[in-house]
Amino acid sequence: MIASERSTNVGRDKRPAADRGTIGSPAGGQDCRSRAAALFRRALTLLAACFWLIVVAAPLYYLVVVSIEPEATFFNASPWFPTAGVTLGNYATVVDSGFFTYLRNSLIVSGGTTLMALAVSLPCAYAIVRRRSRATGTLFRVFLTGFAVPVQALMVPLYIEVLRLHLFDTLIGLILPLAAFSLPITILILVNFLRDVPSSLIDAMEVDGAGQVRVLISLVVPSALPALLTVGIYNFIMSWNNFLFPLLLTQSAGTATIPLAVFNFEGNYLQNVPDIMASVALFTAPLVLLYLVARRQMLKGLGAAFGV
Amino acid sequence: MLEAAFPVALSTFSTGRVWVCRNGCIKETGRFYQMLADRPAAASKPSYLLLPDAKAKKTHGQARWALWFLLPAAVLFGGFVLLPIIIAVVLSFSSWNGSGAVHYIGLNNWDRLLHDSSVAAALERTGLIVLFSWLLQEPIAIALGIFAASRARYRAVLTTIYFIPMFISAAATGVLWSQLLAPYGGGVQYAAVHFHLGFLNHEWLASPHLVLGTVIVLVAWEFIPFHTLLYQAAASQIPRSLYEAAMLDGVGPWTRLRYITLPMLRNSIVTSSTLNVVGSLTVFDLIYTLTGGGPGQSTTVLALDQYLVGFKSFEFGYASSIAILLGVTGVAASLILIRVTGFGRMRSQAEGA
Repeated sequence: MIASERSTNVGRDKRPAADRGTIGSPAGGQDCRSRAAALFRRALTLLAACFWLIVVAAPLYYLVVVSIEPEATFFNASPWFPTAGVTLGNYATVVDSGFFTYLRNSLIVSGGTTLMALAVSLPCAYAIVRRRSRATGTLFRVFLTGFAVPVQALMVPLYIEVLRLHLFDTLIGLILPLAAFSLPITILILVNFLRDVPSSLIDAMEVDGAGQVRVLISLVVPSALPALLTVGIYNFIMSWNNFLFPLLLTQSAGTATIPLAVFNFEGNYLQNVPDIMASVALFTAPLVLLYLVARRQMLKGLGAAFGV
Repeated sequence: MLEAAFPVALSTFSTGRVWVCRNGCIKETGRFYQMLADRPAAASKPSYLLLPDAKAKKTHGQARWALWFLLPAAVLFGGFVLLPIIIAVVLSFSSWNGSGAVHYIGLNNWDRLLHDSSVAAALERTGLIVLFSWLLQEPIAIALGIFAASRARYRAVLTTIYFIPMFISAAATGVLWSQLLAPYGGGVQYAAVHFHLGFLNHEWLASPHLVLGTVIVLVAWEFIPFHTLLYQAAASQIPRSLYEAAMLDGVGPWTRLRYITLPMLRNSIVTSSTLNVVGSLTVFDLIYTLTGGGPGQSTTVLALDQYLVGFKSFEFGYASSIAILLGVTGVAASLILIRVTGFGRMRSQAEGA
């Protein structure tokens, strides 16, 4: 395969190399050498790209293959090729173990976190932009400070707090802290976006007698829709894959979200590798499929805060 | 001053100027917010033109609505981010097992922390993970980012696959790799024996000497895609004309990389490095699901040590001391990084321009 790539590369690379030769270096020998060097570099790049493809894709391939191997023959067959037959029974086991409960919990928690963060952040960001004062400036800086706070350092107090609020082992007990920790990024992105909404539009609405709530709903929300979508996607992905909060703040299977369910499943089916792989595959599938379908939006959402 | 208050925020997001005016407003120029919302055209107009201060004063009387708009976010943030910080500080001076009374014990926890050899060992492991994660992830992510920034069709397809681990939770990654690396019947061990890949035949998770290295490689597997995304975005912004000019001058590819690509990626390198250091300093999910801190204590990093002290030994006071050590180390590390990378220098250059 690499050999064939090389031969096509010769054809592709001929013109630019020749161009470079005539402009940069008059000597014919050097032209030939630089063409060979370019070819070598292309081959090397391709080789490295293939190597990284194996590093990323081989574990995922293993995941899928083992998940469809029959449990009885797993230790005799190859885990890399389904030589001893194929079954969907492992997936049935995972579905029976409560997959739809965990899926529902994850949807409620991620959806709830995203909506709560947006609903709380938008008025806040609007007020910060519209009412510049010492107080709002300070508040904005306090929110920014949240970036530097690692969640992992606040496990104990968060656990105590949720326990004291009688929200332990409830979905709302997950949503509140998740939403709180997504506020800095949400507010920052929205503040930035709202600064570009022309204030003359808002002034005009105010002159017409519209209250601030009215302005927020009929002007700010529609114009901030792209930013709301982007940061919403970011929050959704982050809370969907969050493992720490359900680990600390839930206890029963009825409130576990997907990442915790995968981990618990491994503990419950200790020796049954095909079942475990089926659980990883099935629990991972929703977000990965969403990524493959809406690649651009998902990547933009993930990189939103970091200049992507 | 701002930098000291929230180093991550500024180092990560600011390429322009941010300052606090006499009346307390935050004003900015340059690309601080432009980078965030991906709206290059709009950020060029100074924001203070949008709402003159004089006008703000005029409407000051009817400003009560702003309070109601700010309140929900402030309450949520105060309740679940700021209050826990205060609780952690208070607990770090106390002894408490989760039920019963909280006893104030002064500096006992901190004294114990200084002489605790297992915390020292956890700190050392954390340091090793931070250092080698950075050394391993950054070059690969830069290379992949430049590779992915090209518009060639085959590269777009490969990049799509490269990004997949980003969407798999760290917990699922830990479970997947613990099965792949299982000493009996694991995929890697099978490949080592049957595909003549003898170099793979080690006890990757069971050997105390290898396991930290394994963790570092798997943390890289999990996080390189995200850093690749950062570098891809930055590399695709580099004007093609720079390369064309260099080609006309007969400049070779390594020189182009050294004198065009890498300098143009400088902001992203700072961003990515800061996130990388803070991320590997607090890595928890992957290690918890992969090894649980073992074998023995070989992968008990600071975050995990704190979890075990808190939720297995129920020493909430002492766990809070370790947590504060973790949090302060995180802030300090990103501060030092900003100094070492000369990010401050670069900003002052931008101000001079």
